[in-house]
Amino acid sequence: MAEKILMKGNEAIGEAAVVAGCRHYFGYPITPQSELIEYMAKRLPQVDGVFLQAESEVSAINMVYGAAGAGARVMTSSSSPGFSLKQEGISYIAGAELPCVLVNVQRGGPGLGSIQPGQADYFQATKGGGHGDYHNIVIAPNSVQELVDMTILSFDLADQYRNPVVLLADGAIGQMMEPVEFREVTAKNIEKPWASTGLHGRSETNVINSLFLKPDECEKHNKHLQEKYAVIEKNEVRYESIHVEDADLVLVAYGITSRIVFSAMEKARKEGMKVGLIRPISLWPFPYKPIEDASAHAKAFLTVEMSAGQMVEDVRLAVGRTKPVYFYGRTGGMIPNSAEIYDQIVTIMQAKGGK
Amino acid sequence: MTEKLFAIPATLKDIPTHYCPGCHHGIIHRLVAEAIQELGVQDKAIGVAPVGCSVLCYDYFNIDMQEAAHGRAPAVATGIKRVHPEAVVFTYQGDGDLASIGCAEIVHAAARSEKITTIFVNNAIYGMTGGQMAPTSLVGQVTTTSPYGRKEDSCGKPIQMSEMLSTLHGPKFIARVAVNNPANMAKAKAAIKKAFEINVKGEGFALVEVLSTCPTNWGMSPVEAVSWLEKNMLPYFPLGIFKSEEVAK
Ligand SMILES: Cc1ncc(C[n+]2csc(CCOP(=O)(O)OP(=O)(O)O)c2C)c(N)n1
Ligand code: SF4
Repeated sequence: MAEKILMKGNEAIGEAAVVAGCRHYFGYPITPQSELIEYMAKRLPQVDGVFLQAESEVSAINMVYGAAGAGARVMTSSSSPGFSLKQEGISYIAGAELPCVLVNVQRGGPGLGSIQPGQADYFQATKGGGHGDYHNIVIAPNSVQELVDMTILSFDLADQYRNPVVLLADGAIGQMMEPVEFREVTAKNIEKPWASTGLHGRSETNVINSLFLKPDECEKHNKHLQEKYAVIEKNEVRYESIHVEDADLVLVAYGITSRIVFSAMEKARKEGMKVGLIRPISLWPFPYKPIEDASAHAKAFLTVEMSAGQMVEDVRLAVGRTKPVYFYGRTGGMIPNSAEIYDQIVTIMQAKGGK
Repeated sequence: MTEKLFAIPATLKDIPTHYCPGCHHGIIHRLVAEAIQELGVQDKAIGVAPVGCSVLCYDYFNIDMQEAAHGRAPAVATGIKRVHPEAVVFTYQGDGDLASIGCAEIVHAAARSEKITTIFVNNAIYGMTGGQMAPTSLVGQVTTTSPYGRKEDSCGKPIQMSEMLSTLHGPKFIARVAVNNPANMAKAKAAIKKAFEINVKGEGFALVEVLSTCPTNWGMSPVEAVSWLEKNMLPYFPLGIFKSEEVAK
């Protein structure tokens, strides 16, 4: 077993990428993810990797396109305003089916917003963000250890499905220091016979492309993408479920918010309230089924986010109209505290006749 | 017609292109393909196609290719080159692609002296989208988005990319050529080959701007288009070598 070291979230993502075999990084500075780009600037040259500070996020994502298309394990990272600039490139990457890992250390929005933690890029990450019918795989860790494990997982998922994976973090986990352990990983050596590497004796050219001038061919490509997404939806749903079996009220939260919600839940449990927590880890594919299953016995749901209410729409989709789905959110970089959330729990439990 | 007189190089697929009669894109493809063929680097060449009339050049070159988003070819090429430093990476871009939407990408690739070759086809118009004004359209030039002619007071003068990029320290070779007659075609060929030689030697960034016709969107016959180019483009976009290590020495 590897020994535990104290690391800042953003830096842990960088080291995990190196452990996963990523040797190419292209990015542009922005708070609160700058420790990550700085870590890569220092670390990649030590392992014969390539670090390049691009002239913009637009260029960075297109460098990722080129490098991924050339067969490399590649990563970029940014925070909300910069991640918006990457959307054009992400759509092309999804269309051309290029594996890569894209980190968004979210901050308050819209616009320039604030530099404090936020979760208001959920729609952008999970529903498309760029143009066209596509999905990123979206993974939302809630600790520095998970940043490590899920960065490594993200590279594997990206290669396995030839799909972009968004690691959706926030300024709080990015900035926090926690002990982490880098478990031994055997970097999966995935063959990429489709990559543009130069012919080297091959007779057919490899072309990385998302253009299909004939609409029937473009539709065929879309059908292929949708079939792939269906497989991902079947195989890659990840979530954590705590005290849900007997819960009258099920809390739903992801990322850093789930930890604050967890402590509010613990307090409520101590007070005798039957409260549980479902924490989506994959935001796409979203864990609709466990939430739907919980709605069979739960009396109500409460979704907590650092947004004005985005993931709550998916929770409502899962629950349907049978049970109320409440929402509590803070925005603009404000982090909800567990006392606020506890108050919400008490109010709902009293209204539902629970203790 | 000129290109049909010679055997097709192995770097070019033997299939008909979609270019309009009298369009210079086909000739320029041919010169690029010949240069790569003559340098014997087909196996390690990787091209990047633009968004513009030459978007389908990935179907014509018998070379591994990537299709970039509009203007982003130099960034895509950078990504490829950093993964395969031994590869001969090049971009092929129009003037809307390179001088307008992709202006930042080309300036920074040039400034970093990215070890790639850029073939920049300047036809003073947006061909693919039906003849709108380009950053290289001439003052007074009538296009579908400058129906009264390009006005200097509201649109400025056309950007002379070769001159502008030559002010940077990065580029090793920058030339502007034309393919309007056999003599210029020979010079164009030499410049393109030179730009690829620099690439093969890993010396740094090289760009060749090729003045080109768009008879369709200029609303002219192929013959009229060549004389319009000679009369209007050549005076404002002078041919020549703007940057070369040899010149500097
Ligand atoms: C982001 C984006 N904006 C606009 C377009 C539409 N568009 C396609 S080609 C083009 C201009 C092409 O002109 P140029 O680069 O000069 O090449 P040409 O067709 O003349 O060879 C434009 C504006 C696009 N495809 N993508
Ligand atoms: S529209 Fe113009 S640039 Fe495009 S193929 Fe036709 S002549 Fe060439």
